Amino acid sequence: MSNWPTDNKYISHSTLRIDAPPKLTGSARYSSDIQADGWLYGMIYRSKWPSAKILSVDLSKALQVPGIKAAVVAREGQVNIRYYGEEIAAVAGTSKQACLDALRAIEVKAEVRHEFVVNEDEARKDNAPQVWDGAANVSAPHVHENGSVDTAFPECAAVIEGFYTTPIQIHNPMETHGNTVSWTDDGLTAWSSTQGITSVRDGFAGALQLDHSKVRVITDFMGGGFGAKFGPGAEGVLAAKLSKQAQAPVRLMLTRFDQALAVGNRPSSFQKIKMGALADGTLHAFEGENYGTAGIGAGGDSGGGGGGADIPMPYLYKVSNSRVKQSSVAVNAGSARAFRAPGHPPASFGMESAMDDLAVKLGMDPVEFRLKNDPSPIRQREYKIGMEKFGWKEKYEKPGSSPGVVKTGIGCAGAAWGGSRGDRNTQGEAQINPDGSIEFRLGVQDIGTGTKTIIAVIAAELLGLKPEQITVRVGDTNFPYGPGSGGSTTSPSVSPTVFNICQNALQQLQTQTGLADARGDNWFAACKKLGVSPLVVHGQWQQGLSTDHACGVQFVQVSVDTETGLVTVDKILGVHDCGLILNQNTLESQINGGIIMGMGYALYEERVMDDLSGVLLNPNFETYKLPGIADVPDIEIVLINMPERGVIGIGEPATVSTAGAIANAVANAIGARVSSLPITPAKVLAALGKVPSPSPAST
Amino acid sequence: MKKPESENLGAHSRRTFLKSLGTVAATAATAQVKTVAAELEKANSEKVLGPGAVPVTLKVNGKPLKLTIEPRVTLLDALRNYSSLTGAKEGCDRATCGACTVLVDDVPIYSCQKLAIEAQNCEITTVEGLADNGNLSPVQRAFFEKDALMCGYCTPGFLMSVTALLKRNPSPNAADVKHACAGNICRCGTHPRILQAALKAAGVATASKTEVVDYV
Repeated sequence: MSNWPTDNKYISHSTLRIDAPPKLTGSARYSSDIQADGWLYGMIYRSKWPSAKILSVDLSKALQVPGIKAAVVAREGQVNIRYYGEEIAAVAGTSKQACLDALRAIEVKAEVRHEFVVNEDEARKDNAPQVWDGAANVSAPHVHENGSVDTAFPECAAVIEGFYTTPIQIHNPMETHGNTVSWTDDGLTAWSSTQGITSVRDGFAGALQLDHSKVRVITDFMGGGFGAKFGPGAEGVLAAKLSKQAQAPVRLMLTRFDQALAVGNRPSSFQKIKMGALADGTLHAFEGENYGTAGIGAGGDSGGGGGGADIPMPYLYKVSNSRVKQSSVAVNAGSARAFRAPGHPPASFGMESAMDDLAVKLGMDPVEFRLKNDPSPIRQREYKIGMEKFGWKEKYEKPGSSPGVVKTGIGCAGAAWGGSRGDRNTQGEAQINPDGSIEFRLGVQDIGTGTKTIIAVIAAELLGLKPEQITVRVGDTNFPYGPGSGGSTTSPSVSPTVFNICQNALQQLQTQTGLADARGDNWFAACKKLGVSPLVVHGQWQQGLSTDHACGVQFVQVSVDTETGLVTVDKILGVHDCGLILNQNTLESQINGGIIMGMGYALYEERVMDDLSGVLLNPNFETYKLPGIADVPDIEIVLINMPERGVIGIGEPATVSTAGAIANAVANAIGARVSSLPITPAKVLAALGKVPSPSPAST
Repeated sequence: MKKPESENLGAHSRRTFLKSLGTVAATAATAQVKTVAAELEKANSEKVLGPGAVPVTLKVNGKPLKLTIEPRVTLLDALRNYSSLTGAKEGCDRATCGACTVLVDDVPIYSCQKLAIEAQNCEITTVEGLADNGNLSPVQRAFFEKDALMCGYCTPGFLMSVTALLKRNPSPNAADVKHACAGNICRCGTHPRILQAALKAAGVATASKTEVVDYV
């Protein structure tokens, strides 16, 4: 049971985002806004070849460009380039214009290799060019088996087979990756656009052989990460080297183009699924084979593959007889990084598509089929609530039965996210001043999720103050340790820590002032009794206040124009749980955000590589499409309040099921399955038999 | 950084560009030659600025901003790199994301696509110019109250697009708001809240569609 108070004034209510005003007035200083004294602009020179051996890099002409103060190579000696866009060198100068001139003056001699591969299916062939010397492109398969699949399939009343594919998705945070770095004899300070100030500090220390205590990372405001910003990156290390050489701070933010090439993405998936159910609708047999690429990250040191393209199969469902075989394929492209709910959106798309296909074959309602097979009591309840609110029973018709040219359809899908109860080592402190002001300091960061606001909400609740009385400082490695913001673990790390700080504060105020209860109306009197020196109270994560494993289901209604193939999402309902609701305002924003990102994955987003040149073709927003305000439908949210479970994060589960639900709604509308994301007009028309199928499957 | 050096390697000027264009056009598209020749003549008669740094005076949020910058510096870079006005953000530097949106004579523009030198003699408004003596503008206030921001990096651009919309149309409907914000991208997914905030700033109430249900 949770130890959180009940009958709250702020917890589970809505408090406005406390750091909104500086963001709204332009006074917030993001990492890319830092103007340290004497700062220089930095830029990176990247490989224009997907595969090459760099013989020499001549920076002398670049260094002669007026205004240029430093130029460094990414790696010394003759190095192998494995993808288009890999870092080769960097320059720093007094203006962006000087840097642009200097990049043009860099002379690189290279042995260009025409042996490379950027397409997953090509990379899997026996005679494919090897991405890493001495290692196969395809990893040894990871196999999981239970029951007896081969005898189970003949026992099934209905069996479907499908090939479901998902593309590479690029994080594309609005602020690109980057840092302003000042490296002097006293140490290194980095203003980083990061989700993990501590991991960035450790990354700098490791790469530059510095003591951790000599590196300070500051992130007051940052413009989004979604999993791609946990380390200093090559760009951070290059900025540091430039700073040292120029003896000046260097601001090196990636260009949008750079960001698409080299700093992470969600791996692709190619899921061959065979699945069968008994006549009563019980899933009985599952066979899944999946491969995908995490770029060069899937090969090399991992012995050929092993890098992160695996997904959870058969995802949410318990199937007594199953065999899953997965492998990762290395290609000559930038490596994958964690991306909001790694593995889950592709898994949900594949499995939930297969679920609907099998429900249709069995003649069952897709929600009833899920209720029959989903082992989670929370999702069961969410499906029932969602079904009613959405009007599922009244709206559901057999696939393809919508009349007219523009057909409507509905679909649903479920989500699971393990997460964690939080980082047990999370710490923090509060400084209580004799004037009654109080400042919380935690070495975490607010990446736009509302972390600062929930700290103020919890502190206000427990101390009997108002959220606006709480000053919150995060984003500085000089503060007590906090974990990176990833995997929906920040809230369960931070909340129990703030709880503990408040408990300790009240106890110490009692000891020092003799007042029994310093909360609320007594606060100022108690603080005044501190005399002249402030009270600094430490606290750390404690058990019993947080938990893990969130669920969630989403229902979607779409319209599909069968003449143009265009899919319009008309309505989305998200039913989500995250234990104790901390702050409804920012929680709703998180869920909206997850759903909209899932819409992009379903309908628009896809990294496109050119097989012949190895070049990334859409490293910008005009050709890599994101959802815009006109694409976003009416979003309704039902929050399942489960305070007894304590705090759970919501960032990941909110984005998992959207693509699967949209895909199912499209199939329901047109009576044919588009089994490949993104669901473009061309693929819709192909599914309707109006145009030839785009091939190969990967593009 | 604030004092760029006067030397410059920028190889291209409008004059050299037009000259090269003139040669190509003369052989490839004779119909265009007259126009190009006229343009070239006009360009030759103009005073050439740059490629080195030149004085540029901007009027930003009602105050003069005197800079010495190369003519090729964009308005966005002039603000972000040569003044402390970093509110306008760089998201793409190619007119696709809208994070750099500012108002030039009340018209929202991508400041990454306009040279600072071209923006002289205009009234430039950035996000820093919206609040009045520390009081949030109605649009900023509505964004705050509707939580129409998350990481906040795209927010200045959306604020400028919505502010410009309300200046030219004080009573927009949802379609007007969507049209006005079509040139702005948000990756956190604040779109529904931005729509609500814009309508709120125009005096239209929107209700929350969120329901909280107890599990037990």
